[in-house]
Amino acid sequence: MDVLTDNWSLYGDGFLGTVELTVYSSLLALVLGFLMASFRVAPVGSLRAFGTAWVAVLRNTPLTLLFFAVLLGLPRFGLVLPFTVFAVIALGCYTSAFICEALRSGINTVPRGQGEAARSLGMTFSQTLAAIVLPQAFRTVLPPVGSTLIALAKNSAIAGAFSVTELLGTYRTLNELGHSIIWTFVWIALGYLIITLTISAAVNVLEKRWGVPR
Amino acid sequence: MAVDPLIELRDVNKYYGTLHVLQNITLTVGRGEVVVVIGPSGSGKSTLCRAINRLEIIESGRIIIDGQELPDEGKALAGLRADVGMVFQSFNLFAHKTVLENVSLAPVKVRKRVKGDADRRSRELLDRVGLADQAEKYPAQLSGGQQQRVAIARALAMDPKALLFDEPTSALDPDMINEVLEVMRQLAREGMTMVVVTHEMGFARSAANRVVFMSDGRIVEDRTPDDFFTAPRSERAKDFLSKILTH
Repeated sequence: MDVLTDNWSLYGDGFLGTVELTVYSSLLALVLGFLMASFRVAPVGSLRAFGTAWVAVLRNTPLTLLFFAVLLGLPRFGLVLPFTVFAVIALGCYTSAFICEALRSGINTVPRGQGEAARSLGMTFSQTLAAIVLPQAFRTVLPPVGSTLIALAKNSAIAGAFSVTELLGTYRTLNELGHSIIWTFVWIALGYLIITLTISAAVNVLEKRWGVPR
Repeated sequence: MAVDPLIELRDVNKYYGTLHVLQNITLTVGRGEVVVVIGPSGSGKSTLCRAINRLEIIESGRIIIDGQELPDEGKALAGLRADVGMVFQSFNLFAHKTVLENVSLAPVKVRKRVKGDADRRSRELLDRVGLADQAEKYPAQLSGGQQQRVAIARALAMDPKALLFDEPTSALDPDMINEVLEVMRQLAREGMTMVVVTHEMGFARSAANRVVFMSDGRIVEDRTPDDFFTAPRSERAKDFLSKILTH
């Protein structure tokens, strides 16, 4: 029990590190995922091909391998950044592939007639997507996007293996200090729970707020 | 035939794979004319209707609307579609928007009208189709007949040159068909140019200037309703009429 109170700042730093990784990677993943989903439904063939390739490569690469590729690979091309930024890039790009597919499946659930009606009124492709299709897809994609972001929060633990400060990594120091391994992990688990439950609560609020009678 | 052509189709052909769904279709719809297209299922009449505003892409031939060739996908096509209203079998009201927003959306987004003005005009149109008191509801809260009347108001809000109706009453319960047909009859009386794909023979008799009978992707007859219903020339039309009139 004393593990937490004795090492408050160590836990705190780890917790904040994980929150930071999760927030920045989520933002990157949402922006890239949105962009790639637009590419994948665009009427332009080359954009569709790019989106498809992006998803195929990132979704099928093990995350740890991707971390190695980014952290060891990018510096070889002269791109040297703090490890935390590299971790955000790796996590964000990896997760964007899943976000993209969740968004795309949401777009596909909107009946064809909705888009046809919008186009028949003279709305352009981007107006139709922005005003008619995406708002209706939004509510459908909230649960899978929420799950993907929760997975992202937990995946951020891999960054600890690359000397980025985050929650899971605190166990090494605590272990060396001779604390009970069980309580160490109980408090770590609680930290993750706080983050993941916050994400599900946010998704629930959005779902209620944007609910539409069908 | 028509003095002032608004919609012209010349030698239009369309295939679904190897299926030749529109075969050398040539049809002219004059300004203010009401043309009803009838025919058995799979005769290509819906495809014809959807081809006029390029929801279906044709393989060959020309479609000319108000003297202007139907453009390829892009801004010009969007501009032309804004002038040709369409009413669908399944209504296709925007499910996430209220009735009023459904009607006002395109005038604001496409015609760049001020929202207040667009809403005022939308309420007038909703009043005209008898739904002024439903403006704040969502489509799912309305009956089929009410939804279809909203869809007509939505199309009218763009001040279209012509209206296309793709089986507007086929998804409705029998007791709701009349409320929609009555709105359409009124539009016809007011001189709206209309192309109506329907199975409602009563509407064709009472409101149409011309009846176009399609079968297997071809226009088989193109005559006045009286001539067509009392003395069909082709065997296909006789067969079709005998089937629907005996039921």
